[in-house]
Amino acid sequence: MLNKVTESAIDAMNHINDGATILIGGFGLAGQPAELIDALIERNAKDLTIVSNNAGNGETGLALLLKSGCVRKIICSFPRQHDSYIFDDLYRSGKIELEVVPQGTLAARMQAGGSGLGAIYTPTAYGTLLAEGKETRTIDGVNYVLEYPIKADFALIKAFKGDRWGNLTYRKAARNFGPIMAAASKHTIAQVSEVVELGALDPEHIITPGIFVHEVVCVKGDK
Amino acid sequence: MSNYTPLSVDEIAKRVAQDIEEGMYVNLGIGQPTKVADFLPKDKDIFLHSENGVLGMGPAPEEADRDGDLINAGKQYITLLKGGSYFHHGDSFAMIRGGHIDLCVLGAFEVAKNGDIANWFLGRPKDIPAVGGAMDLAVGAKKVYVIMDHVSKNGEPKIVESLNLPITGEKCVNRIYTDLAVIDITEQGLVVRDMVEGLTFNELQSKTGATLQQP
Repeated sequence: MLNKVTESAIDAMNHINDGATILIGGFGLAGQPAELIDALIERNAKDLTIVSNNAGNGETGLALLLKSGCVRKIICSFPRQHDSYIFDDLYRSGKIELEVVPQGTLAARMQAGGSGLGAIYTPTAYGTLLAEGKETRTIDGVNYVLEYPIKADFALIKAFKGDRWGNLTYRKAARNFGPIMAAASKHTIAQVSEVVELGALDPEHIITPGIFVHEVVCVKGDK
Repeated sequence: MSNYTPLSVDEIAKRVAQDIEEGMYVNLGIGQPTKVADFLPKDKDIFLHSENGVLGMGPAPEEADRDGDLINAGKQYITLLKGGSYFHHGDSFAMIRGGHIDLCVLGAFEVAKNGDIANWFLGRPKDIPAVGGAMDLAVGAKKVYVIMDHVSKNGEPKIVESLNLPITGEKCVNRIYTDLAVIDITEQGLVVRDMVEGLTFNELQSKTGATLQQP
């Protein structure tokens, strides 16, 4: 009987090694898998590349991961926020590498990675600093920038309900990057608020089918 | 010098809201553009999109009803209207890049006379680059309106011949709403649609870094 439910977040981190590329869900704190990130900090793997929309808030979750010194590089769309001081200090002191990617391009590159495409052409960022040195092409009179897929070793995402096959639903705007990251990584770990019996999730309402999910961790007390 | 009063932030937002029609799908950028929501006519169905994955965004909740999973692109607490929906970032930016959003209202540091916009990065050595959805919105929305002060804090024109700051998107702005005027960017150039009472065309021109035309 296949069961993707893993007892603890710490156990789920066992496969994560130094140098891994990890997608981390969330937009700000909404959808950020805080308990999985805490476990990743405990795992203490080094030299990580993190892909996430932001670069952490305050002294929680992703910000603490950066503070732990485990992260070599972050790929994100919007690192600078009013409470991103941990990232700001690391960046200004040259202790972390930054690749800024427009938010829609970040999503599209991961979608390309998850769906087996070799690259995409996007109109976003054409003619800007973020397209410098990249191939371009004009198609039907519109200028596009060539962008390559983002594929990762792991994804840590936050969903709402999950079952033992890894099927997931999400809650409100916490869905954000979850379904895309699940598909773009070789090993996806989802934290959920509730594990339900197989069949309890309405097939019409499953947002991420279990094929994209490898481990499900139930986080108690989480909404 | 004639006697005129620049519009307040709320008055500019109200002016923009007057030009938004029933049935439009609208994205309001972070900061000043967000205020437009406060002045949308309650009797019209206008759909607010937030790029983090919300369509049919409603007003801010009461403090007791705040939900960390329900925020907008500015990471403020919001509500969802009846008929609203949630979706992932791929769908959200398909709405933007795919030309499904009728109108995006953005803030800007500078706009050039050809519609180029600079609003993501000042490019000074101390600045950390952060773009978010700005470049996707600039190129993707069917129409882009900009809200900004007519001149900078130092009195420099923010409407210019060509951009001095790093560009966000090429030739994408259709209309600029400032504290002094409403200006359309057309094939023929910058056309003044509206000015605050008491301001003369020549005074407006003197505060603008590119040639203006009267309608």
